[in-house]
Amino acid sequence: MTSPAATPALAEPSPSARSGGARYVLGKVGGAVVSLFVIVVLSFFLIRVLPGDPIRLLTRNTSLGAAQVAELRHQFGLDKPLPAQFVDYMVGLAHGDLGVSLRFGQPVSQLILRALWPTVLLVGVATLISILLGLWQGTRAGWRRGSGFDRFSTGFALTLWSAPTFWLGMILLALAGSWFPTQGILDPDTPPEFLPQALDVLHHLVLPCLTLVAVLYAQYLLVMRSSLLEEMNADYLTTARAKGLRDDLVRDRHAVPNALLPTVTLVFIQLGFVVGGAVTVETVYSWPGLGLLLYQALSDHDGTLLQGLLLVLAGAVLVMNLIGDLLLHVIDPRVRAA
Amino acid sequence: MRIRRIGIGLLAAGLAVLSTPMVAQAQDTQQPKVLRVAVTGTIATMNPFMAYHLGDTEIGRVMYAFLTSYSQQDFSPQPGLADKWTVSSDNLTWSYHIRSGMKWSDGQPITAKDVAWTFNKIMTDKTAATANGNFVANFDTVTATDDSDVQIKTKKPQATMLALDVPIVPEHVWSKVTDIGKYDNLQYPVVGSGPFTLTNFTQGQSITLKANPDYYGDKPAYDQLEFRHYDNVDAAVQGLKNGDVDVVSNLTPAQFTALQSTPNVTVVKSRQGRQNDLLINYQAQTNTHQPVGDGNPVLKDPKVRQAIAESVDIKTLVDKAYGGLAEPGSGFVPAVFSEWHWSPDASQDQKFDLTAAAKLLDEAGYPKGADGVRTDKSGKPINLRLVVDNSNSQWMSAAQFIQGWLKQIGLGVTIQALSSDAVTDAGSAGKYDLQLNAWTGNPDPDALLSVQTCGNLPDADGNGNTENFMCDSQINQLYDAQKSELDPAKRKQDVKDLQARLYSLDSSIVFAYPNALEAYRSDRWSSFGLQPTQGGSITHQNGYYGYLLAKPVASASSGGGANTGLIIGIVVVVVVVLGGGAFVLSRRRRAGADERE
Repeated sequence: MTSPAATPALAEPSPSARSGGARYVLGKVGGAVVSLFVIVVLSFFLIRVLPGDPIRLLTRNTSLGAAQVAELRHQFGLDKPLPAQFVDYMVGLAHGDLGVSLRFGQPVSQLILRALWPTVLLVGVATLISILLGLWQGTRAGWRRGSGFDRFSTGFALTLWSAPTFWLGMILLALAGSWFPTQGILDPDTPPEFLPQALDVLHHLVLPCLTLVAVLYAQYLLVMRSSLLEEMNADYLTTARAKGLRDDLVRDRHAVPNALLPTVTLVFIQLGFVVGGAVTVETVYSWPGLGLLLYQALSDHDGTLLQGLLLVLAGAVLVMNLIGDLLLHVIDPRVRAA
Repeated sequence: MRIRRIGIGLLAAGLAVLSTPMVAQAQDTQQPKVLRVAVTGTIATMNPFMAYHLGDTEIGRVMYAFLTSYSQQDFSPQPGLADKWTVSSDNLTWSYHIRSGMKWSDGQPITAKDVAWTFNKIMTDKTAATANGNFVANFDTVTATDDSDVQIKTKKPQATMLALDVPIVPEHVWSKVTDIGKYDNLQYPVVGSGPFTLTNFTQGQSITLKANPDYYGDKPAYDQLEFRHYDNVDAAVQGLKNGDVDVVSNLTPAQFTALQSTPNVTVVKSRQGRQNDLLINYQAQTNTHQPVGDGNPVLKDPKVRQAIAESVDIKTLVDKAYGGLAEPGSGFVPAVFSEWHWSPDASQDQKFDLTAAAKLLDEAGYPKGADGVRTDKSGKPINLRLVVDNSNSQWMSAAQFIQGWLKQIGLGVTIQALSSDAVTDAGSAGKYDLQLNAWTGNPDPDALLSVQTCGNLPDADGNGNTENFMCDSQINQLYDAQKSELDPAKRKQDVKDLQARLYSLDSSIVFAYPNALEAYRSDRWSSFGLQPTQGGSITHQNGYYGYLLAKPVASASSGGGANTGLIIGIVVVVVVVLGGGAFVLSRRRRAGADERE
């Protein structure tokens, strides 16, 4: 907790506190940049230690002869020694070029950009619903700890959380599949006008989104619930009650804002992860997002694509973490004082 | 409170107004008849010069006609863009006459110049040769002597001149393409000559093709062919049950059995050009004959290999491991290609006989140890690694049967169940003793047989397309002979002799030709053009008959998915908007109440 001496500095930051803030921001950004570089290097070598010669895997069971196989290897620069490949990769990266996908023969950046918005849509909507649902239930469950609502909602959320995503998705597909599409994001027969297209996308979104919410919201619920429990015996709540505030107002206006802080960190860490974490859901529903692309890159042994995806996914986690850290700095005075 | 109600009412009314005309429209207009096919593999490119994977070439086949095609009946060569052809007396010059009056889907005439341009492009541009370079490797020149005649001169006589699986592209479109490797070929509608014209390709999602009225052959009995991409077959099966798709292929035996009792769904167990074999690694080597890998040296002894071959009970494997969903294996060329397929006669047959196999090992000097496991010449117990792709349930089961039989004749077997990538890796490095493998053949046996020649041994970088490092002078001789033999009867004999020789070497023990398992909506489609006509498959053909000759049920609705989809979509939006609205308003109300307190 903050010491009384530090309190004035919070109300009106002194020059030294401000430079401390700058140092904090620089430190965090610097750390992120270093991590990103490590990821760039790691993703290159990680792909190379995977079992299997990519070109041999790419051309197995096809009618290509030895000459075409060698030509393919040459086209993708895989006939060069490893250090030369690494230099190619780094030079390309410096120009914003992630290389050409082995399997699709298209620029990796193009494939990733195309897959980005379906993932953002799916994961964005699902995360938003999960956060709202999780925080809402967590708050109520924590506030009335041990009540029937607490036991039911926590138990239910935990059950869903521990269910294998793939299995849950298939079950939902089997149960509700006759009312919802089983594949993709948009039916090719939908009229080209905006409204039918948007409705069709929403229609396709329901099941994947529901699955993702089911497996995601429990963690928000649990964190919210436990951090609220920590606030339960705080003196300021007694004060608030003594002022004569209604119980749900004490909760919403006094306890929840304080309990929200750990949740914010979690939200941002999760936001980074869910981009790649939707792999199973996207695979079950053939949702053409980054997760599905990752799955295809893995199963088709598309090293270049995998490398680019790793970079983007890890980058997303880094950026979201960074935003979370910086945001925490703004909203939590204790972080600033520390 | 009142504000909230009014807001919700307005939202709902607005949505209702917006959605009504659409629903009405969807119900009123006559929907085009559509055949929807589920595809589960990656479809990467629509560029025929870059398409060499099964999924890609299957789409290419319905978009572009070839010089010649394969008959629906039995895969025999028949006219395509060329309606007749002759070969010179020295067997080196082939003259094809291009059918007259044909048009590309944009109305331009299809001429011999398009054919010559396509082949010349592949012969002169390394990138354009990516997918089909193999077919022109022996070409000397290709010239269009006039609009309807094209002449191909080959360096050596070539028997596969009626099996050139090269999509012929329109010169007036492709001559403008500067970099073939980067061209996506998605300028809709994509100019083609096949029975269907590509009108949309959304990668990883769907492919839409419309019937091509200018196609020279039969016209489909419906308007539109769609491929819907599924990333797992389970979801595709659900899609079939729901009616989202009409045809699903690549079913697992479990899915096939489950679908047998599903109403409105017909399952098809069909013959396909695929074989499964047990590889015995005894000569892993590079193309400079440097030994590679770590195959057990005991396998170099032909008697050991023969004993292994005689310990594989093909009938039991087909009945038990494949649940009857396969044909018993024999020759290397799958039985569905009956013209080229060979099976051993009584004198050649290595029949399942554990006693004889054990006796063979006794005589060859591999005595059984105290634990029942035989020892090699240095006294070490013989333990063989059997590498299996763990994603194939039939193979996993087969591996256990084989392990049991070999144990009975005193050979220890350790099953190594690996991912398919790791299996390929172990295979190309020669790091296995035994391995279960598969090949898909073509109507012309040349490509399949080539994996058994020295020419396809891997170089130091691993470039090569060998099955089991086979390099046998007799096989090479027979392969070269059949490749340049233009007399069909003689060529057939060469191909069969080659398979007999391969069989006697016990390198690749073919034990099954697995069936293709497919299912379709019988309430919407009454029949498909199977290839071969007797017991053939709907999808993955060496042709396009499955799609081209599909017959819709006379009174079938074309899915209804669009209407209900739209309605449900609207319902969902209404619920979301109402829920969101109610939430926001209740927040606002409470905030207001707070302020008052």
